[in-house]
Amino acid sequence: MSVRRGADPGLDEIRKGREEAGPVPRKGVGPVAWFDIRRRGLGHFAFSLNRITGLGLVFYLYLHLAVLSTLLRGEDAWDSFLGVATSKFFLLLDVLLIFGLLAHGLNGLRLALVGSGRAVDQQKALYRSIQVIGTILLLGAALRLMGSE
Amino acid sequence: MSAPAGTTRRFRIFRFKRGDDGHRYDEFDVPVHERTTVLEALRWVQLRKDPTLALRHSCFHASCGTCGVRVNGREGLGCVTALADVSGDTVTVEPIANLPVLNDLVADMAPFVDRFPAPHPNVRESEFLPQADTPDDVEGYGRFEDCIECGLCLSACPVAATDDTYVGPAALAYAQRMLEEARGTDREAILDWADSEAGAWRCHASFECTEACPSNVRPAQRIMALRKELGSRKKVSS
Repeated sequence: MSVRRGADPGLDEIRKGREEAGPVPRKGVGPVAWFDIRRRGLGHFAFSLNRITGLGLVFYLYLHLAVLSTLLRGEDAWDSFLGVATSKFFLLLDVLLIFGLLAHGLNGLRLALVGSGRAVDQQKALYRSIQVIGTILLLGAALRLMGSE
Repeated sequence: MSAPAGTTRRFRIFRFKRGDDGHRYDEFDVPVHERTTVLEALRWVQLRKDPTLALRHSCFHASCGTCGVRVNGREGLGCVTALADVSGDTVTVEPIANLPVLNDLVADMAPFVDRFPAPHPNVRESEFLPQADTPDDVEGYGRFEDCIECGLCLSACPVAATDDTYVGPAALAYAQRMLEEARGTDREAILDWADSEAGAWRCHASFECTEACPSNVRPAQRIMALRKELGSRKKVSS
């Protein structure tokens, strides 16, 4: 059985005529739509944040590998990097990293639940819950990190 | 917000005609009262200011689905979008997104219709008839036929903004509706259709389709239900 709508000869004629009349613009194309959260719902905010944190985590992965490669340059190079890594600015970047991990990971759990058909009607409440849990975890991690300076 | 007599609102309307190099926005000051809708304002512009303004409409009461537009970036049916509910000094009206624009506010709905699986049920048995009791495998009639094929869900979908191959919320909701009440439709073929990269798994669960839907079809919830069914099928087959 075909599950695509069968071609209608009349519609085909219309479509052909439209194609011959030249190209048409298409509104809303592009990744800008991913991040434009103006006048959108909570689900779109979660979607946008997931994309941003996802890109950030990929960037971090490569940065992490680059940083680890300083080990190849010897003990002095690594010790000198540790000096930078324990500065307040760097620790703040660590807090940002933890924010990304929590935002992406906790939302991933929500998406796994909702995406498999569970708690679908509670998806907004779920997101609010992970925001609360994430904030508590982030605060705890930030206090611990900044206290370890 | 109520508009006293003699109030005007500035409209910024998307314009494009075939053969134009690109689109532009034209501005019009439109007299409004507290119950003026976006569609009424557009009709006023068409009748009083610029008869070349192209727009689609039919029923004026949210049942035909033809007057879908984006008002200040948010999808809505022009006929039931009251200007009193639209904030801001300027009201920007654009055609629905993620479809080609044929003429001003008129989007080409052919790519939207092409996405639907076929055949699809447009008519359901009435729950008011005693002989139309819910079948054993149906929990209840969820009036999916409320879908008016306005395309607002596709316009609001961020995935459709970057992926032309994605079949989109309305088509997937249709597929789920068919599974719910198959009426002789080949369920496996529907599931095969939905179980693809461009199908149910392409959705990223932003739920914008449900937010935009003016008919309470709740496409996102139906896509999730479809995924659940697809997941169960995979579990059984493995």
